[in-house]
Parts: sequence; C-alpha cells; structure tokens
Amino acid sequence: MPNMVVCCKQVIDPEAPPASFKIDPATNKVVPPPGVPPVISPFDEQAVEAALRIKDKHGGKITVISLGNNLLRDVVKKPLSMGADELILLEDPAFEDSDSWSTAYALAMAIKKIGQYDLIFCGRQAADWDAGQVGCGIAEILGIPCVTIAKSVEFMDGKAKVERVIPDGYQVIEVALPAVITVSNELGEARYATLKGIMAAAKKQPIVWKPADIGVSPSEVGTAGRRTKLVKLFQPVKEGKCEFVEADSPAEAGAKLALRLREAKLI
Amino acid sequence: MAEYKNVLVFGETADGKLATITAELLGCGRRLADELKENLICILIGEKVADIANSAIASGADKVYVVEDPLLKEYQTDAYLMVMEKAVKEIMPRILLLGQTSIGRDLAPRLAFRLATGLSMDCVELSIDPTTKLLQQIRPVYGGNARAIFTTESFPQMATVRQKAMTPLEPDPSRKGEVVPLKVEIDPAKIRAKVLQTVKEEVVGIKLEDAQTVVAGGRGIGGPEGFKQLEELAKLLKGAVGASRPPCDNKWVPDTIQIGLTGKIVTPELYIAVGISGASQHIAGCSGAKNIVAINKDPEANIFKEARFGVVGDWKQVLPAFTEKVKELLAG
Repeated sequence: MPNMVVCCKQVIDPEAPPASFKIDPATNKVVPPPGVPPVISPFDEQAVEAALRIKDKHGGKITVISLGNNLLRDVVKKPLSMGADELILLEDPAFEDSDSWSTAYALAMAIKKIGQYDLIFCGRQAADWDAGQVGCGIAEILGIPCVTIAKSVEFMDGKAKVERVIPDGYQVIEVALPAVITVSNELGEARYATLKGIMAAAKKQPIVWKPADIGVSPSEVGTAGRRTKLVKLFQPVKEGKCEFVEADSPAEAGAKLALRLREAKLI
Repeated sequence: MAEYKNVLVFGETADGKLATITAELLGCGRRLADELKENLICILIGEKVADIANSAIASGADKVYVVEDPLLKEYQTDAYLMVMEKAVKEIMPRILLLGQTSIGRDLAPRLAFRLATGLSMDCVELSIDPTTKLLQQIRPVYGGNARAIFTTESFPQMATVRQKAMTPLEPDPSRKGEVVPLKVEIDPAKIRAKVLQTVKEEVVGIKLEDAQTVVAGGRGIGGPEGFKQLEELAKLLKGAVGASRPPCDNKWVPDTIQIGLTGKIVTPELYIAVGISGASQHIAGCSGAKNIVAINKDPEANIFKEARFGVVGDWKQVLPAFTEKVKELLAG
C-alpha cells in the first residue's frame, strides 16, 4: 500500500473579486481581501484528490504538509475532511516569505523526516505566486524523479503511470517510485468533504514542526533562504475604455455590434 | 575561477524547424547580450538538430551548441537535465533563458535546483539594470492580478519567458555564427521517467494558436450545446473556438482549447469573448489579442475592462442576431 505525501499551500482566495485585490506598496505584499477567507490553493486540492483516488483503489496513507505561519486551522484541515489521514504543519515565523527555493527545501526536509514515501503530490503551481517550481525542487533535493502537469495517476507496484498534459494532447509517462507528481486542473474537480470527514477532521490535531524539528536552521528557510529577491510588487494600470454597443433589445445590439465591427474593419 | 558571461537560450524545435518561442527568446536575448556587450548563444538538443542551427544564427545567435543523440529524440526530463547541467557548467552563461512551454515548465525548475540558482518563471519583460547589471525579471503573479520584479544574485540568472511576449528578429540568412557540436554521455539507467506514448488530440480546422479570429466561451455558455453556436460563428470568420477554464473543467469542451495562465496563450486580431467573466487567469491567455469584443450579461464583468467593444446582454439573444448579421455582411 502506498505511502503518499501531499503538499498544500494556504493562499488568498483566487476567486475573490478582482476589484478587492490590493497591494501594500510599503511592504510589497498583498492585502488580504476583507471578509474573504483564505483557501487551499486549488491545484493543491486536486493533488489531494489524486492521492485520494489512489487510496480508494489501493489503500495506503496520505500525509498532508502545509507550510507558513499563523495558518488557519479551518483552512489547512480541509484535506483531512476530504479523507487524508494526517496533517503536518511547518509553522513558524521563520517560514514566512519563502520563495520557491526555501519552500521546496523545507518541504523536502520534512518529507525526509517522514521517511516513508512512494508518491509525493503537489499542485502544478500555487494560486498566489504561480511559479510552479516547488514540486520539481522537492524532487531534485530528494534525488528522485518528477512528472509535472499530470491529469491522471495510476499506481502500480514500484512505479506509477502518469498522463502528462501537453498542448495538443498528453503523454503517458512511466516513472519509478518514489517520485513527485505535480497535478493540473485537467485531473478533474476535487471531491467535497463529507459530514463524516468533517467530524473526523475536527477531532484530529495537526502535528506542528519547527525548523529545528526538520533539522534546518532558520537561516535556510523563509526570507533568509530565498534565491530570488522581490524588488517590487505592483498592479498594472488598466485603461478600460470599452465602447458599449447599446440598442432596444439584445438581438438588435447583436446586429449593431456586427455593423460596428465591420466599420472598424475587424470582420 | 572562470566568470559567468554571455546569454544562453535553450532552443526548441517544432516540426523540424526552429520553434517560434526560440526565435522570440533569441530576439530578446540579442537585446540583452548587446546591452551587456556579450554574446548570444543557443543550445539545440535532439536526435538530429544540426540543420536548424543556421536558423538560430539567422535569428540572432552568435554561437550554437548542438547536442545530438537518439536518446534525445523526444523530450525526457532526466536526459535533457543531464545535457543542460553539463552544458551550463561548460558554457557558464550569465543569463539562461527558456520558453514557458511544456518543456520549459518541466526542465527549468529542475535545472535551477540542480545548479543551486534562482529562477523566475513565465516572465513577460526582461531588462538589464544599468547600475547592477543584474537581470530584472518581470512576471505576472496572483493569476495576473499583479506583477512582480525579481532579481537573482546567483548565476546563471535563470528565467522562462511567456510565449508571444517577445518579438523575434527578422531572420537574416547572411548573419554569421559558429556551430559547435557538444558531446554529452547519457546514461540510460538514469532516465527514471520514461515517455511510453504521446497521444495527440487532433483538432479539425485552424489551430487555436495560429487563428486570426478566436471565438471563446465561458461558464455563461452553460453546456456543450452552446459551443455549437460559437463554432458556427468561428467557421464563418475563419477562426477557431476557445474556452476559459470552467467549460473545460466541466468537460463541455476538450481541455486542449483552454485559454489562460495554465492553457494556451493566443494573440489574434479579434477575440470574441462570450459568457466569459474575465478572471485574471483567463486574461493572462488573451490579453495579447489586438481587439477584444465581449458579450456578457453582467455590466460589471471584468472582461469589459479588457474589451474594445462590448454588449451587455444575454448571449443567447445577442449571439444569433450577431452571427446572422455577420453572415449577411460577409455575403454582401
């Protein structure tokens, strides 16, 4: 039965209305939109789903790891309510403002401490920084293979068969285990938490690990462990000068739009 | 110790030719190399790629490294990684650029971690800081809601570049450059992820990426039937049909026509967005369109901020009349 690890990131809800998106120029950080709670990054939820589908078929254990500081228990416990078995939080002020490098390093060290793993799942990229590096980074640090942008993962003894999305179709890739798999939205929607799952998750306490617990110094993680420097974060200016075509009825507006596009030599 | 110098572009091929993204990277790389007063180098990897080296030179490269091996016929992470690790250690570039493609997304992070250097993915602008000479890497973040400028102080400074974000040079066949074969031993035992099969989902008609007109539908279309109407319009305008993420996730349309941050990037003359609210992650795939036309019942929809022309109304009523009028105009 496979031992699986899923890395899940708590992010600002990417579905929050674009108008609520604000940046604090003094700190170069996004101001969380008021009244919109954070979520597990959607691709990471689908990574949990990928692991659950394997557990449905083959059994096994799913350990979820989240990294950050002041993580909201209601948010990070969601994978448990979906059916994951255990939650480990890498939670410490030292883990704040990580980049891909320091995130992958801390996660890889935590996975080393877990010790037994056949499959490690990550989302293809996080909904905040959209970098898509962490899965590959974990694989490189652990010295194991990685298959990115998966839409289907099949577990077999000692290996996995993965369908990797490419622009005009997909590739079937066979990978030796242990391996890291990054999951894309083509996998399909993640399941909802069941009532039973929510009750079970409420009773489970996450395990909290500090840098020392995974054998790293605070200078190797978070801001201190970055390899990229954020110089500036800003919102691009949108001009927004849409010419609205109006008429007495929607159908007339449609016909008028065609005429207007003809005038503009677009059709 | 040798110093990191020059700009290196990881080249890709498509149908036996230099890939468009590589020409774009060479266009951008040429500008950066000129600013640094250094050379532009391209590396081509494959089973048989030497014939393409001259295209890379015509597109701006001063020197092209060619790595040929039957094991490199198709992209496989472990094999390409071995080649690029050796090449970078030998070439020692100041800057290393890859495309934000299927290959670049997979290879670049892996290589950056192996080389212990920083990397910015999906950059849309690159420039040299006049004082520090560091590469300024500008990329959209938060699904396109914001942009960030990054620098790295380790070498090579690595970046992947979004497709269609950079302008290629006009190919000049009279440009001179050097072609250098590079031998890399590939240990097949170290290829741990093997491509067993590549399944292409053939599209009928014009390819989405090449279409001059794109008719795209979103969540508002409501189901697969609605897309038939979009197809009719696309056919009339000799264009292609695309979609935002929800219709793909709901299996109304194939995943291969998804436009956006994690799908295809399109830059047509005319982009007709029907029932698309305009989430930032979708805009990331179509903001390069010359003219966006939006039909949406919500006057506050974000898509109208991007559009040149808009109609506020139910697409089920607007679109048939629009299509009918287009038919009439094209016939007359």
